[in-house]
Amino acid sequence: MTPFDAAIAGETSAGAWSGVGWAVARDLRLALRSKAELGVQLLFYVIVVSLFPLGVGPEPALLRAIGPGVLWVAALLASLLSLSRIFGSDFGDGALEQMALSPYPLPALISGKIAAHWLTGGLPLVVISPLLGMQFGLSGGELTVLSAGLLLGTPILSLLGAIGAALTLGLRAGGGLLALLILPLYVPVLIFGAGAVDAVRGGQSGGAQLSLLAAGLLVAIVGAPLASATAVRIALD
Amino acid sequence: MTSSINWFRFASPASFFPLAQRLAPWFAVSAALLAIVGIYLGFFVAPTDAQQGEAYRIIFIHVPAAWVSMFIYIVMAFWCAMSLTFNTRLAAMMAQALAPTGALFTFIALWTGALWGKPTWGTYWAWDARMTSELILLFLYFGYMALRNAIDDPRRADRASAVLALVGAINVPIIYFSVKWWNTLHQGASVSLTSAPTMARIMVAGMLVMAFAAWFYAIAVTLLRVQAIILERERATGWVGELAGAARGAK
Amino acid sequence: MLEAQQLATQRGPVTLFTDVDFVLGSGEALVVSGANGSGKTTLLRVTAGLTHASRGSIKWRGNAIAPFDSELRAAVLYIGHATALKDELNAEENLLALASLNAASTPDRAAAREALAAWSLDRQRGLFARVLSQGQRRRVALARLNLARRPLWVLDEPATAIDAAGVAQLERLIASHLSRGGIAVIATHQDLAIEAGRTRALRLS
Repeated sequence: MTPFDAAIAGETSAGAWSGVGWAVARDLRLALRSKAELGVQLLFYVIVVSLFPLGVGPEPALLRAIGPGVLWVAALLASLLSLSRIFGSDFGDGALEQMALSPYPLPALISGKIAAHWLTGGLPLVVISPLLGMQFGLSGGELTVLSAGLLLGTPILSLLGAIGAALTLGLRAGGGLLALLILPLYVPVLIFGAGAVDAVRGGQSGGAQLSLLAAGLLVAIVGAPLASATAVRIALD
Repeated sequence: MTSSINWFRFASPASFFPLAQRLAPWFAVSAALLAIVGIYLGFFVAPTDAQQGEAYRIIFIHVPAAWVSMFIYIVMAFWCAMSLTFNTRLAAMMAQALAPTGALFTFIALWTGALWGKPTWGTYWAWDARMTSELILLFLYFGYMALRNAIDDPRRADRASAVLALVGAINVPIIYFSVKWWNTLHQGASVSLTSAPTMARIMVAGMLVMAFAAWFYAIAVTLLRVQAIILERERATGWVGELAGAARGAK
Repeated sequence: MLEAQQLATQRGPVTLFTDVDFVLGSGEALVVSGANGSGKTTLLRVTAGLTHASRGSIKWRGNAIAPFDSELRAAVLYIGHATALKDELNAEENLLALASLNAASTPDRAAAREALAAWSLDRQRGLFARVLSQGQRRRVALARLNLARRPLWVLDEPATAIDAAGVAQLERLIASHLSRGGIAVIATHQDLAIEAGRTRALRLS
């Protein structure tokens, strides 16, 4: 037994939660320091949402009708736009390699990265959505369900998007390919998210749709980091 | 393709190639015969529908195409799972060979669905659950082919597209369920198959025969395509060199 | 403890190297040399468990190495061409992050400062990596060697862009690693003074 074995044995075991913590702390610090990147996703969301009234006219009844759909589609597109920054810089400077070689389980590290990505990208959308929803004439109850749906749905978008981002690491193909791969997977989130608001509009609670989103979130939290880790290893191999 | 012989004997491209060469013509001929029978049943034997007239006959192409498009995706996902589990090139090549045919049948299903829709319900595209899901299936096929295309290294292309196909396969039921729910929420009547003419047995028979014709056609074309893929990807090996030399010598 | 037999690797139609054999025991180093494009980096990546070999076998402590093998991940420290430094973190933060990633444990700040000082980076430790020079970045990356307690070091051209003092520091670290019983696989263009008795040479062509 070499001195190394004693040292390795003495270290804390490579727990998954420590790995998540390492990744969340590092990625949050990186995101908060490169402030330029932070606002882009939010700004894009606001701009896209504002384009619709310009395109269809400001008639209140029409805006009310398309509001939930517009707010959700814009959230999908804003999420899509931001996906390259989950792995992009780490892949380029060799940090992703080091993560893949770490004793920490790679899915744990990736979960942490996705969590940080959502906190700095998706969560701001959830926070601003009531404001934008009011511009479309949504009622209080509708705004609540809209925000709740986005709160459950935007993490799913980050999780599923990470799989696509990992599969397309380093490819010249560009954003169009990622959109083609990911948008079909986003469809159920869109349907149930916007559907929840429509349910409230129709006098129901929207609880069924939100429960489905919650279930989807649980499945995604477990499955997406595993699939992304497989895809990252395939890209590095 | 199911086979009761020792499967692993054919697990290498070199030994599968002659098998594919031998099998393809049989499937092609069978497909042609079945298609003749099916078209005869569908276009000449089956009775004119009371409500929809002659236009409904397009379902003898539309429905088989839709069934086969979904079945091919499942088979493709199966081969992708095999390629990841056993790390074999041939399984990945089979998936690669199936994808374009799957996309083709999806495309046919969408077009014939639109052509059926116009005279029957007045509109080419009604956003019903099945057609919308079929459209998303087309995107899933395109995504698989686009990802393969974007990756230069064949091994990475095999494995990445396999992961994508499996993620897609898991999501297909979820997507279908969500689209179905969305459709019933927003539209009263669904333009589904069963609300169409009550199926006379002869119509079902016709569709089944056409479905088998489409399936055998798909197998024949896939076997042809996989031969081309094998030759291209294994071009550095000895046996391909010998084949090429023999072909050149024969000229 | 690190054993390779008939190792060969192809990427697509290109054969990178064939017939690589070596056996390294405790305290031994393999110095890999060869022209550019001869496959040194790929061989090192195979050894570190980052990528697969096309033929042959490679074993760590008797177990075959598959890419991302968990036993190997607990034993290896890989420093490649890319430094893995983040522009938005300063030198000290970068070193702590990488060290804790590699050791899967909380970093020792004092030890990290000592390591940076050993590499003459004491005054630069609060500077963002963005403003560091190539040589300084490489030295931060190499400072991981001061902190690591890993039995297998895989270093791809570690002496690039550093000055003579840095090379001497590197040689000292490698020597003490080997005398502790560690194993090193090093690809290098330059001559590194490693104790001859402990060194095997491998030239890739």
